Amino acid sequence: MIARALATLSLLASAPVAAQTVAIIHGRVLTMGPAGEIADGTVILRDGKVVAVGAALATPTDARVIDAMGKIVTPGLVAPVTSLGLAELRSLAGPDDRSSTNDGISAAFDAGDGLNPDSVLIPVARLGGITRSIVTPGYDLKAGRTLLFAGQAAAVQLGSGGPMLVRRGVAMVLAMGEEGAERAGGSRGAALASLAIALDDVRSYARRRADYDRGETRALSLSRIDLEALIPVIEGRMPLLVTVNRASDIREMLAFAHTQRVKLILESASEGWRVAAEIARAGVPVLLTPIENVPASFEMLGATLSNAQRLHAAGVLIGFEGNGPDREREQRHNAGAVVAEGLPYAAALAAITINPARIFGLADRIGSLEPGKEGDAVIWDGDPLETASRPVAIFIRGVVQPMTSRQTELRDRYIQQVRKPQ
Amino acid sequence: MLVFVGAAQVAPAADLPRGLDPGADADAFPSTYVPAPSQPLAITGATILTGTGEEIAGTILVRDGKIEAVGAGLAIPPGYALIDGHGKWVTPGVIDIHSHLGAAGSPSVPANDDTNEASSPNTAEVWIEHSVWPQDPKFRLARAAGVTTLLLLPGSSNLFGGRSVTVKNVPADTVQAMKFPGAPYGLKMACGENPKSVFGGRGRSPATRMGNVAGYRTAWINAADYARKWDKWRTDGGTGDPPKRDLQLDTLAGVLKGEILVHNHCYRADEMAIMVDIAHDFGFRIAAFHHATEAYKLAPALATEGICVATWAEAWGAKMESFDGIEENAAMIDAAGGCAIIHSDDGLLIQRLNQEAGIALAAGRAAGLPVSRGDAVKWFTLNPAKAMGIADRTGSLEIGKAADIVLWNADPLSVYARADKVWIDGATVWDRADPRFQAPSDFLLGQPGQDFAR
Repeated sequence: MIARALATLSLLASAPVAAQTVAIIHGRVLTMGPAGEIADGTVILRDGKVVAVGAALATPTDARVIDAMGKIVTPGLVAPVTSLGLAELRSLAGPDDRSSTNDGISAAFDAGDGLNPDSVLIPVARLGGITRSIVTPGYDLKAGRTLLFAGQAAAVQLGSGGPMLVRRGVAMVLAMGEEGAERAGGSRGAALASLAIALDDVRSYARRRADYDRGETRALSLSRIDLEALIPVIEGRMPLLVTVNRASDIREMLAFAHTQRVKLILESASEGWRVAAEIARAGVPVLLTPIENVPASFEMLGATLSNAQRLHAAGVLIGFEGNGPDREREQRHNAGAVVAEGLPYAAALAAITINPARIFGLADRIGSLEPGKEGDAVIWDGDPLETASRPVAIFIRGVVQPMTSRQTELRDRYIQQVRKPQ
Repeated sequence: MLVFVGAAQVAPAADLPRGLDPGADADAFPSTYVPAPSQPLAITGATILTGTGEEIAGTILVRDGKIEAVGAGLAIPPGYALIDGHGKWVTPGVIDIHSHLGAAGSPSVPANDDTNEASSPNTAEVWIEHSVWPQDPKFRLARAAGVTTLLLLPGSSNLFGGRSVTVKNVPADTVQAMKFPGAPYGLKMACGENPKSVFGGRGRSPATRMGNVAGYRTAWINAADYARKWDKWRTDGGTGDPPKRDLQLDTLAGVLKGEILVHNHCYRADEMAIMVDIAHDFGFRIAAFHHATEAYKLAPALATEGICVATWAEAWGAKMESFDGIEENAAMIDAAGGCAIIHSDDGLLIQRLNQEAGIALAAGRAAGLPVSRGDAVKWFTLNPAKAMGIADRTGSLEIGKAADIVLWNADPLSVYARADKVWIDGATVWDRADPRFQAPSDFLLGQPGQDFAR
């Protein structure tokens, strides 16, 4: 049975084919949706969508049937903060489009522009079960940087071939804390004041566009294109994704967002556990790398492996990151590592599937296996959070993905020389 | 006990102060490490991964800080503290062969950045132990993850970064109190991008890979010349003016004499092959290539040379020279009969070297390589010990070796495994259930992180 199933899978994996009807049968399905866990379930994908999920479903006659007996089926994983498609080697400037040093392009910098779907990093991440990500711009790390906003994040799909971009402007990215202070002239107070000035200028601009164009307004702190880009933020349509770590910085951002009536997503939040109840009360989600427990800076002295578990217990919606653009595939292992610290398994899996979808307003399309959602599914040969497990088939928008990367091609080129003769 | 060969071989130079005599001064900052008091101990019922490749269900007996016996059906002598290991797993203590803990202290502010003496391409004269801050909070985090021994390295900005130091991961106020008694020194060397970009960026040599190689060869020529002058002076009875002691050449001459082990940061296969040629030309051995993301391309040759490969499973692609890294690297080295090691070079990854080995194992198996769980445990225990020259004393659960042991709550290669208890020389240094072993370092006292053991 398993041998036959594997043969079917390898046949499917030989090349991406157009979306068609696929029935994944007899899998243990962790839907991450209302259907919960189905011990012996069927997932039917048709025309790029999930059309049915359940136990004992009839298999459509036109379906390509995949027997997932003994395997686990999950939604495709969602990486909530990545630079996939914007960078190749971290140390190489040529293919690096994560940031800008142009002072006139800050909030307007759009991660949805310049995406490279042929990046070799994408298949590597995809083989870690990641089918979607939120591409976030970064900051230029050179000294003397002044930009207030890094720019706008974009939701992308990681399917082989075709355009990556799914939705632009899913968040406005900003670093506060020590980094924001440095950029604002050396203090946190200056960073908060700069941010307040910027949003005030955006409001002024939004009210008096015509006057602005005639040069009849006071001087504003941002370029016209940046002011335009921030209008969705002051209107509460686009969340501010703010990197902060110190408990006091988190508190100040919560208060700032409340006063300014802007939507907030916290990122990193090493000391989030210290203010977990306040974050929960504010209804603000947190994106974090849950294994980050080293007091790497003075704003992370309270870093601990129990951060994720404490935030979850307090009722905060959490999403988990990987370990950098070339190491996004470690996302699922990061999630497993904090299950060992007391985070419930279902919460860990949610933090890499449905929660990031919710946080970025994409839960109607991705993040769980539910009828009507996009056909993103992964069949695993074991517990998806475990070191020993690997995907055996990956679908994005109903299309089976190649199970190869530049890395597997390198492996296959060299492995014969170490195989012992049988 | 390994005796310092350098100190033992040379004729005494009675009229020279120690500090001017390279032989007498080889152990200038001697270890003051003393194992904490321990009692006889028996761990029963656990699955024991010995670090030699074996997996057995049985008992492990510890006495006087040493492994007394390992096996099934052992009788437990009276007076032994009993640890119930049923449902749990035992491995040797985790050894990280590539760490900068203490030298790259946390918080990582410039004041705590003491890893790279990046002022010259050759700084073989520096010793990393003089940079090590024992209060770095990362030592405790690593201890809680089962790390009992570390090789702390300088570099890798330079061709020759300086001397390494091997430490036992015990709470201590001084580096001397952590120093692994009798462990040989290592020399950190670096290939490729780092030295050429650091120094080329300043308009000086090396600016290219060929400049790197010229720098290595020039240094070995000078070291051989220096060693000959001292040898001649001693052969002549230590009379007349002694050669002027040169700390940089001391370290390099120590490598040529086989007393100091070379740990070579080197990613690309072609560069590793060049380093092997240099080693042959000047008559020294390379103990291990570190990072070595392309080692799989010449796995059989490295196995033949007896050079260990310290690498990761998941890290690759951060720079051009690591672009060809693959998850199966360690498993392919192992399959070729070589010595594979999983290392960290990182304060987070050091806390899950066991898990990283599990990922490398899974990748190897998926590629059809017959790697066992016992093999994968070797990658973070016995193999690093071999490359560090301490395998006669630690790295596996064999009779007479140090009782450096981890008791895990799950299969150590699992993402869910945590170290319940850790012993160094038979003394408890970590207990997940006992706050006495979870004290924060001095730095964290009175700070928000002090209540967290992990």
